[in-house]
Amino acid sequence: MVGQSTNLHGLTLTAMARGIASGDITSADLTAQLLRRVSTLGSELNAFISVTEDTAMAAAALADKARGSARRGKLHGLPIVHKDLFCTRGVRTTCGSRMLENFVSPYDATVVERLARAGAITLGKTNMDEFAMGSSNETSYFGPVRNPWNPALSPGGSSGGSAAAVAARIVPAATGTDTGGSIRQPAALTGTVGIKPTYGRVSRYGMVAFASSLDQAGVITRTAEDAALLLGIMAGFDSRDSTSVDHPVPDYVAGLAAPLSGLSIGIVRQHFDAGLDPECAARVREALSVLKSEGAVLTEVDLPHLDLSVPTYYVVAPAECSSNLSRFDGVRFGYRASDPRDLMDLYCRSRGEGFGAEVKRRIMTGTYVLSAGYFDAYYLQAQKVRQLISEDFRKAFAKVDIIAGPTAPTPAFALGAKTDDPITMYLNDIYTIGANLAGLPGISVPCGFAGRLPVGLQLVGAHFAEERLLACAHQYQQLTDWHERKPESCA
Amino acid sequence: MKAGWEVVIGLEIHCQLATRSKIFSGASTAYGATPNVQACLVDLGYPGVLPVLNGEAVRMACLFGLAVNATIATRSVFARKNYFYPDLPKGYQISQYELPIVANGEMMIRGEDGTEKRIGITRAHLEEDAGKSIHEGLGQYTGVDLNRAGTPLLEIVSEPDMRSAAQAVTYLRKIHSIVRYLGISDGNMQEGSFRCDANVSVRPAGQKALGTRTELKNLNSFRFIDKAINFEIARQIGLIEDGGQVVQETRLYDAERDETRPMRSKEEANDYRYFPDPDLLPVEIAPAYVQKLRESLPELPDAKKTRLQSQYGLRPEDAEILIGSRELADYFESLAGTTAAPAPLAANWVIGELSAALNRDNLDIGHGKIGAAELAGLLNRISDRSISGKIAKEVFEAMWAGEGSADQIIRKKGLIQITDSAAIEAIVRAVMDAHPTQIADYRSGKDKLFGFFVGQVMKQSGGRANPEQVNEILKKRLSDAR
Repeated sequence: MVGQSTNLHGLTLTAMARGIASGDITSADLTAQLLRRVSTLGSELNAFISVTEDTAMAAAALADKARGSARRGKLHGLPIVHKDLFCTRGVRTTCGSRMLENFVSPYDATVVERLARAGAITLGKTNMDEFAMGSSNETSYFGPVRNPWNPALSPGGSSGGSAAAVAARIVPAATGTDTGGSIRQPAALTGTVGIKPTYGRVSRYGMVAFASSLDQAGVITRTAEDAALLLGIMAGFDSRDSTSVDHPVPDYVAGLAAPLSGLSIGIVRQHFDAGLDPECAARVREALSVLKSEGAVLTEVDLPHLDLSVPTYYVVAPAECSSNLSRFDGVRFGYRASDPRDLMDLYCRSRGEGFGAEVKRRIMTGTYVLSAGYFDAYYLQAQKVRQLISEDFRKAFAKVDIIAGPTAPTPAFALGAKTDDPITMYLNDIYTIGANLAGLPGISVPCGFAGRLPVGLQLVGAHFAEERLLACAHQYQQLTDWHERKPESCA
Repeated sequence: MKAGWEVVIGLEIHCQLATRSKIFSGASTAYGATPNVQACLVDLGYPGVLPVLNGEAVRMACLFGLAVNATIATRSVFARKNYFYPDLPKGYQISQYELPIVANGEMMIRGEDGTEKRIGITRAHLEEDAGKSIHEGLGQYTGVDLNRAGTPLLEIVSEPDMRSAAQAVTYLRKIHSIVRYLGISDGNMQEGSFRCDANVSVRPAGQKALGTRTELKNLNSFRFIDKAINFEIARQIGLIEDGGQVVQETRLYDAERDETRPMRSKEEANDYRYFPDPDLLPVEIAPAYVQKLRESLPELPDAKKTRLQSQYGLRPEDAEILIGSRELADYFESLAGTTAAPAPLAANWVIGELSAALNRDNLDIGHGKIGAAELAGLLNRISDRSISGKIAKEVFEAMWAGEGSADQIIRKKGLIQITDSAAIEAIVRAVMDAHPTQIADYRSGKDKLFGFFVGQVMKQSGGRANPEQVNEILKKRLSDAR
């Protein structure tokens, strides 16, 4: 019996599942242990916006009762957390914003629904950049999340609370969303695994929209194996999301066994330009040689328009967000200014007081690029460049199976270091944004340390190549132990 | 219209499609429910919800396109029209902008001089309706009812091809008739399922360049459209003749005062910031789908009119009235197919007595009190000379009042026509005996008195004597006497 005496938080999701299935551990014990970490470590890191202790313990008790049931799902009794932009019935969904500080959704997002149906137990909702707009978690109305590796540093963003919670061994897995790198970059900065699937692979229904053509739900875990387990449940067509794709979902866990030998891996020349921290560059190169030593074939590929991905993204994403966020007008839900003089005052003050600075900056940028007289020069031009970037990837994937490189240009940076300079902040997503613009799947895997800070290796695949990405990441994790290193404070 | 001027009119018609659920959600489209009970989370624009296109709305838009000889786009795109308004839950309306589903159609109308005139249909696109603001009974507040939000609309935009208010009304009536024939809209103008905005401008006759136009809104009946446009034409001409200029603006028609007034002007021009809606995929329509729809098209008004004339020998003006609605024409055809009476007589009864009764009781053809088969029973008695046309009207009223079938009423009231010559002879003799003075006058040449005798005989017979026989016998007896 591992149970009562052992610290269960060190186990992966897969190991926990095994323990529950065999009866070695109970969901109630596991849930209680993790909830204790939520209240201690979780508070220190400011990783949570809401904690659902009572419902979680009740669900765990039910799960233990139903342990023998034939209808047991793959995640039976397993605790997870959700990024706070997945709508959850009965628990507020804030998006890290004052605008939705007290908003309780009347329905569950498809992702939430599918994971719950598989038996997962939600411990709470994680902190995030406001409406997922940010790369450091500092735009949250609820304050920044701290990086478990060094509390003075940012965990990255926007899924910073999810990444910190997983890195600190508070929970084995957390959902996230990725519009320009919001799963992969925080995964890299916290030494966790983060996967952003192909656009359309996972339903967006119930995910509060930031930029609809780029948003995609994924997960942050410590291992590719755990990510495979969760993604297999989350993925698949949803009739409530017209952009979700009706494409069969493979057994990702079974696919993990695929060997590295013969895998063709593209290395992008532009990835190793001056902007990349030398230590990060060294770790990525070392990771590539590990893959090579196992029989992967490294080839150089060219993504000539890579340098245009950030400016393109910062036209497309704000344009869509300026429209998506129009529904927050103080009329039906969310923050409403008190005693408005008239309709215009209601709009201006509800939005002025409800949204933070970064959200306003993007709404204004987006409104500008869609305006008459500027539309062609910005929005239309950005769409053309987006096509070119997609085309670059298409050509590259005609030659290679996977593109590998750094996830982020630097390891975790200090809280406050980039808040005054949005452009520098935006450049943190230089390696991740391309996959969003082209709708491709990408995964970040821990590949070593720069000083005492984790570094991430990013793998990007062709459309619906998640299985291959997960297998490659999993095989790499079989050869390395970076994912087993844990922050000192989180023993 | 004032000489020396030419009027240019284009119409934008908003036609509510008769789908059961909304264009992007599963909520009901039924009219008149308690505010906000027919608005689901998608209609309310809740965080995280997504639109899913109703295929039925696409089918209906395509049917319309085919009916007006338009091109059905193999690929059309939904776009967001961004603006803030309390009845617009998402802060944008999902519409179609650069790539509409229907383009380049046309409609032939009959101009005032009787010639055929082509009205171009620039485009027809799908969009969602907004909700509505409610001001009554809420004091200083404005209420919002989102039941209508998300109702599918087809916006039909014409070329500026109409040259008078009358032409505009003719065109509008024809579109109205077509959408109802197609079964894609109930066309109810009172409930707002069929609304129209008119773009009106004037220019000196012979001038090529268009004058400055105004857009007239709030035109919710055919009569108001005619009046509003005519008012606006006179206003614009008057303005220019007095040395003024027409300002491009939106004007509301006030039916009570019969005038148009500028709408409260917005502080600045609206910039709707249209862009393709990333939540919806482009609508791709296969040629096979269009072909199948084409085969399912019902007979349209123009074709039906031609057929009614040739098949039933109807006069053009009667056929025109009968095709006014598909239901009316169907009623006529059903009647003509059942009764032994000649079709033109059947047409007369539908256009005359039946329509008058429907009008009087404010009923539509589907809810009339006499079905086609029952009316056929009545017409059969006319054609077999059991009753006269005049008696038939009496029977019709009794039928309308629910007193039974034509035969039952004729029997019950003893209305069967007297065709027995001996019986009529007897009445004629009695009348002649009773009016010696008139007979003397008639003999002395007052031929007009013949009508008097006919009237007396009919009166004596309770209206039942066969009028032709009465005429015949009277003539004979009176001339005998002379």
